[in-house]
Amino acid sequence: MIRALPWLYLAAAFVFIYLPVAALVLFSFQDGRLPVPPFQGPSLRWYADVLGDGDLTGALVHSLAVALGSSCVAVALGFLAAYGLARHVLPGAAIVRGLLIAPLTVSYLIVGLGLLIVLTRAGLGLSLWTAAIGHVVINLPLAFAILYASMGAQQQNAERAARDLGASEAQVIWLVALPMLMPALAAAFFLAVTLSWDEFIIAFLLTRFDVTLPVEIWSMLRSGLSPRLNAIGSLVFLVSIAVVLLLELLVFRRRRP
Amino acid sequence: MTAPVTIAGLSHRFGSTVALSDIALEIAAGEYIALLGPSGCGKTTLLSILGGFLSPSEGIVRIGGRDVTRLAPAARPTTTVFQDYALFPHMSLRENVAFGLRMAGMARHARHKRADEKLALVGLADAARKRPHEISGGQRQRVALARALAVEPDVLLLDEPLGALDLKLRRAMQDELKAIQRQLGTTFVHVTHDQEEAMAIADRIVVMNAGRIEDAGPPARVYRSPATLFAADFMGEMNHFPARAGPGCVETPFGTLPLDPPAARDLVVCLRPEAVRSDANGTPLGAATVREAAFFGTHGRVHLSPDAAPEALLIAHVAPDAMPTPGDRIELSADLQAMHVFAKEGTA
Repeated sequence: MIRALPWLYLAAAFVFIYLPVAALVLFSFQDGRLPVPPFQGPSLRWYADVLGDGDLTGALVHSLAVALGSSCVAVALGFLAAYGLARHVLPGAAIVRGLLIAPLTVSYLIVGLGLLIVLTRAGLGLSLWTAAIGHVVINLPLAFAILYASMGAQQQNAERAARDLGASEAQVIWLVALPMLMPALAAAFFLAVTLSWDEFIIAFLLTRFDVTLPVEIWSMLRSGLSPRLNAIGSLVFLVSIAVVLLLELLVFRRRRP
Repeated sequence: MTAPVTIAGLSHRFGSTVALSDIALEIAAGEYIALLGPSGCGKTTLLSILGGFLSPSEGIVRIGGRDVTRLAPAARPTTTVFQDYALFPHMSLRENVAFGLRMAGMARHARHKRADEKLALVGLADAARKRPHEISGGQRQRVALARALAVEPDVLLLDEPLGALDLKLRRAMQDELKAIQRQLGTTFVHVTHDQEEAMAIADRIVVMNAGRIEDAGPPARVYRSPATLFAADFMGEMNHFPARAGPGCVETPFGTLPLDPPAARDLVVCLRPEAVRSDANGTPLGAATVREAAFFGTHGRVHLSPDAAPEALLIAHVAPDAMPTPGDRIELSADLQAMHVFAKEGTA
C-alpha cells in the first residue's frame, strides 16, 4: 500500500495536467455538434472541416511564418549580442546585459501596448510583420540569455586557437563559434518558435486583417463551443509536441556523449 | 622552419598589477626553452605576449629579426599548444590538424595529406576520422601538437601542455616532445611549473618569479649553481642554513667556510641533499643524529639534526644500500663547490 502511494500521486498529478488536453483531443473526434459528453464517434469530420477552412489554414500558415521568421531574427540578434558581450570588455557591459534581459520580466500586455503605441505613431500599419516584431522583442532576451550562458571558457580557447592558426574574425564565428554553439542555438530557436506559436496577446494587439492562429481561434470562440475548436486545438497541440520532441531528440540527446 | 627570438625591455601591467617587469631574453633558432616558475610568476603572460594574444605595455619582441610586438597571432610565425588543448569538437582529428592550412588557402586534398603526415608524426595515423571526444586526454594533447605544427611555425609555444596528464604519460610525452623538436628543429618555448619536466626537455631553463627572470641557463648549470636563492629553491630540494659575512669568508654554525660572501650582512648557505656526504672526504660539517630515514628506490632520504645546529633540519640523500636507522650517528661533510651563498631575502 505504502509502495503504491508515490505511483498514485504521480498518476494524480498527470491526470491533473493532462485531463483537459485529453478531453480536448477526445471531443475533437466527436460525431455531433457539441463537444460535450456523451462521446459519439469517433469521426474525422471536424478535422476535414477545419482543414478545408481557408481562414483557418491561412492563419496556420501565418503563425508558422511569424514563428519561424521571428525566431530566426531573435536568435541571430541574440547571438551577435552574446558574442560581443562575452568576448569584449566594454564599459557598462553589466548594464547592457541587464537591459537585454530585462524585457523577460515585462508582461506581454505591456510590451504589446507599448509596441502598438509606437508602431501606430510611426505610421506602420498593423500586419503580420508588426506581430513578428513583437515576437522578436519577447524572444530576443531569451535567446541572448541562453547563448550568453553557453559561451564558456572552453569555447573561448577554441576561438583563440582558430585565430592563432590564421582565421579571420568572420571565419572564427562561422567555422568555430557557431558550430560549437549549435546545441544552444537550436534550443534557443525551438524555444522561441514554441513561444511565438502559442502567443496570443501581442499577436492580437499587433495584427489586423491577416491574423495568427491563436487570434483566429479566439475570434471563433466568440461564436460558441464547437468540436471544430477541439480539432484546431488538437492540431496546435500536435505541433507543439512535435517541436518539443524534435528538440529532445536533436539537441539534448546529443549533449550526452 | 625555425627562427631566433629576441625579447627586450618587456614589461606588462594588468591595471595596477605588474605581471612582467623589464624582461630581456635571447632565444636561439632551434632551441628548446622552458619557462619555469610558480603560478602567477608571469610565465604564461610572457608566452601570451610571444603568441600575440597580449600586447605588452612596454618593450619589443622580435622573431627572426622582424619586430612582431604589435602583430596579431595570425600574422606571426608562431602557433600555440593550449593548456586545455582547445581542439574543435565538431571537427574530425584530420580537420582539426588541417585547420591552419585551410585558413592559409591550401586545397582540401593537399591539406588532408599534410594533416595525415602530422598525425602520423604524433602516432595517431589511424585515428584521423575520429572526433576529439572519442580519444583520451593524452591523444588530444598529441592532436593539439600536430595541429600547431601543421602550419610549420618558426616558433612553437606550449602552455603547460602536459599539466592534465598522469605522471607516466607525462614522462612519455616529454621524451616525445623533445624527439619531435629535435627532428623538426623548430624553436620551442614551453611553460611549466614542474622543474623535473623543465630539466627533462629543455636546452635552457628560464626561472621566473614575480614578473622577473631569476636565472636562465642549461638545466645542469641552473641546478648546480643557481644565480639566485629563488632559483636555488625552485629547482629542487635544498638545505638552508643561516650565515653571516666575515672578512673574505662566511661564518656558519658549522664553522667558518672559505666562500665568497655577497654584499649583505645576513646570508643563507644552500646545499643540495645529494651534496651532503656521510664520509669525511669533504669539508667537515661535524656529527649529526639521524631523525628519520625513508627509502626512495634510487636513494635514501635522511632527516638529520647536526650537533652544531640542533634546531636546523638537514636533509641528505644517501646510497640506497647504506640506509641508516633513526638514532644513528653520522659524520657529515660537503663539497665546498656544492655550497652556494646568497643574501638573506629582504636584507640585500
